[in-house]
Amino acid sequence: MDTKSTAPILEASNVTIRFGGLTAVANFNLSLSPHELVGLIGPNGAGKTTIFNMLTGVYKPTEGVIRVSGVESTAFRPYQITKLGVARTFQNIRVFKDLSVLENVKIGGHIHYMYSAASAVLHNNIFKDAESLAEEEAYKLLEIFGLEGRAQTDAKNLPYGDQRRLEIARALAAKPKLLLLDEPAAGLNTGETIQLMDKIHEIRDRFGLSILLIEHNMELVMGICERIIVLSYGKTIAQGTPQEIQNNPVVIEAYLGEPAEAI
Amino acid sequence: MRKNWILRDLLYFALGVGILAVVGYVLERLPIPAMPYYNRIIIAVGMNIILAVSLNIINGHAGQFSMGHAGFMAVGAYTSAYLTYFYGNPYLQTLPEGPHRFILQNAIFFGALLAGGLAAAIAGYLVGLPSLRLRGDYLAIVTLGFGEIIRVLILNINKIGAARGLSGVPNWTTFFWVFFFAWMTALISRRLVSSSIGRAFLAVREDEIAAEAMGVNTTHYKVLAFVIGAFFAGVAGGLTGHYLAYLNPQMFTFVRSFEVIVMVVLGGMGSISGAILAAIILTLSLEGLRQVKEIFHLTSDPRMVIYSVLLIVLMRTRPQGLLGRKELWSFRSRRKDKVTPEEPDQAEDKVGGRSGPPVE
Repeated sequence: MDTKSTAPILEASNVTIRFGGLTAVANFNLSLSPHELVGLIGPNGAGKTTIFNMLTGVYKPTEGVIRVSGVESTAFRPYQITKLGVARTFQNIRVFKDLSVLENVKIGGHIHYMYSAASAVLHNNIFKDAESLAEEEAYKLLEIFGLEGRAQTDAKNLPYGDQRRLEIARALAAKPKLLLLDEPAAGLNTGETIQLMDKIHEIRDRFGLSILLIEHNMELVMGICERIIVLSYGKTIAQGTPQEIQNNPVVIEAYLGEPAEAI
Repeated sequence: MRKNWILRDLLYFALGVGILAVVGYVLERLPIPAMPYYNRIIIAVGMNIILAVSLNIINGHAGQFSMGHAGFMAVGAYTSAYLTYFYGNPYLQTLPEGPHRFILQNAIFFGALLAGGLAAAIAGYLVGLPSLRLRGDYLAIVTLGFGEIIRVLILNINKIGAARGLSGVPNWTTFFWVFFFAWMTALISRRLVSSSIGRAFLAVREDEIAAEAMGVNTTHYKVLAFVIGAFFAGVAGGLTGHYLAYLNPQMFTFVRSFEVIVMVVLGGMGSISGAILAAIILTLSLEGLRQVKEIFHLTSDPRMVIYSVLLIVLMRTRPQGLLGRKELWSFRSRRKDKVTPEEPDQAEDKVGGRSGPPVE
């Protein structure tokens, strides 16, 4: 445990992806320690979501190596990477719209409650134990996000902010070591954003997670991230603590195009 | 109560088998002149239930649009008929008549139906493979092509009758067998969909990218849906052949696939009870519409015209199908949920409640 706790959860070295002639991400490097909360920022089109998609196996990098807990996952399919302990949310919400809130979270825990088709058909004790555990754990997660009263509601009927929360609950059901949050505060108002910041802190401490998050809301990023990586046109242009980033002239120029008071 | 799942299921099973046997026995002996005709319709309803519910696993639950169901039927029909025609029945004829032979005949029939289902499941596996790459319309075309390939293949195999068809298939299908398998199809489909496997099917249907991100091996579950759906289609095919005592490749054209698709769409994609309901309504209405010609003394049969208009009206007024994606039994519990949000303590009861008596 002592050696593992310091070994990086996620390592990306020289990760590059090209779409035809366009280099969307060039030589991206990242080492994420357990329990770390890192922000990934940059102007629109900088390649942030592309990096998430590579880390989770949706895209295969053209060059470079990605390791999750020391296992090389560069060529893995998304579901295999999830099994290594990586879960994510999506920028444009991808909850299972026609399924209930509870079912959404249960699917999130899919890898932990698998049993044979025979068990499912026979409704034997393996099935019952797995299902009651799935239900119990799903309700625990829903309670954290205040969604337990809407467990039977179809996900599409939830208000926008609740859908965002549901997506995080669903990702947590996979019991990840690393959680990737793609713009979790997009579309939330100020009050909801502050709540979300607390929630992100809370779940990190409660589940011992590492979190990598993409966010445009600077208040949130500067408020909770211990380290920030800034991308522009696919290149990493700066890295450091929130204070360092806020005062970095390269970042200010690339990100805002004008002096610092806008931050 | 938790430990006694075997006992409880066996009890239900025995009860179901008993009821089916009694009803089947009574139906054949009812003193109504037109009873053979009604029995024929009842059998057709049962077969369509098997087909609609099994296609619903592929199209409704896993969201993979398959148009090859008649192809799976054909594989199952010819495999089981081959076994009974060339091996099972000749052997039975050497035995003396009596209860011993009757039991053996049904055992052989059951085995042949399972073999037909297995052959169809293998075909389902082969068709499921391209579905890894294709989506929506493209998959539909591939499965449509598969169905036709099977039909044309059979047309060219002389041993099983080719275009002449295979006559002399033993006439073993009874009410009992048809509704036994209809029950099993609905029960297994129901239990799967409320399990982690079924949830994986639904996740694949809803959003493949999100499903993969949740650790669902989408490839595996797509193929699994095809295999399970094809298995029961194969069984239905076997029942068809042994009911008509005759098989012909023309029974398994894409028109047959469409009939089943219409049932699934009409019942509501993803709804098991919807598929059952639609199978009953459509089979009965197609038969009932035969009367129109006689009642109005028409020279030509307006049956298909009325049928088409009915379908158009239904789809215009209820595009999501009769039951949408819900089940008959879920309407009541959902309404209750709106009044009092479910408490976590009731969670376990809910799982138990789902394991209730089969949907038949």
